Amino acid sequence: MKLQVRLFAKARDLVGQEYVELELEDSARVRDLKIELNRAFPQLEPLMPGLLFAVGTDYAGDDVRLAGDCQIACFPPVSGG
Amino acid sequence: MVRLTHDVIDYHELTESVRTTDSGAVVLFLGTVREMTGERRTLALDYDCYPEMAESQLRELERQAQSRWPVQGVGIIHRLGHLELGDISVAVAVSCAHRQQAFEAGQFLIDQLKLVVPIWKKENWSDGTSEWVHPGADTVSGTQSTAPPVSPSHP
Repeated sequence: MKLQVRLFAKARDLVGQEYVELELEDSARVRDLKIELNRAFPQLEPLMPGLLFAVGTDYAGDDVRLAGDCQIACFPPVSGG
Repeated sequence: MVRLTHDVIDYHELTESVRTTDSGAVVLFLGTVREMTGERRTLALDYDCYPEMAESQLRELERQAQSRWPVQGVGIIHRLGHLELGDISVAVAVSCAHRQQAFEAGQFLIDQLKLVVPIWKKENWSDGTSEWVHPGADTVSGTQSTAPPVSPSHP
């Protein structure tokens, strides 16, 4: 399945675009997405340990199963306030 | 009430919006753009945000505060875009019958906001460089103190 991932802050700057599209197995989980993202965009490597993922408006841990129509976001630790 | 805005935050209006005749205590927290971080001088900050998720997470924090303390009124406004020194970036107002509850709920809200709400600041330093602030981003996985709780309820 094709997954669109929205990037923010330093992750978006390092990749140079706000949306990226990745091809994953239909049964993919967040941990698989992480690996594929790192492979496709090695410039994200320094951020990888701290990268956070969200599906819809909720944080998604490594085990969360993904679907083609998921709204997926990926970003480094937040710094509001 | 939660709001994201590019406009100047009217904290007087926000404070009035949480006041009730049952509230003996109203706490207002303002986060403002600070000049010095250690030896480094900030010229300005730029705030970016994932709006749909930020609003949802802010509403969830309000619900959590209301479930833990007898909150009578609560409001959070976060500003986005380019902010100069001294500008107000965030305002949290909370009202309760008594001050201890109001202080605790207010502290909980701003502390959690900084941990889980998807908003990011970029420092524009006086030496002409700029950089995103990502606490613990470069540390080894498992040693971070800032990782937000992952919602266990998500399918």
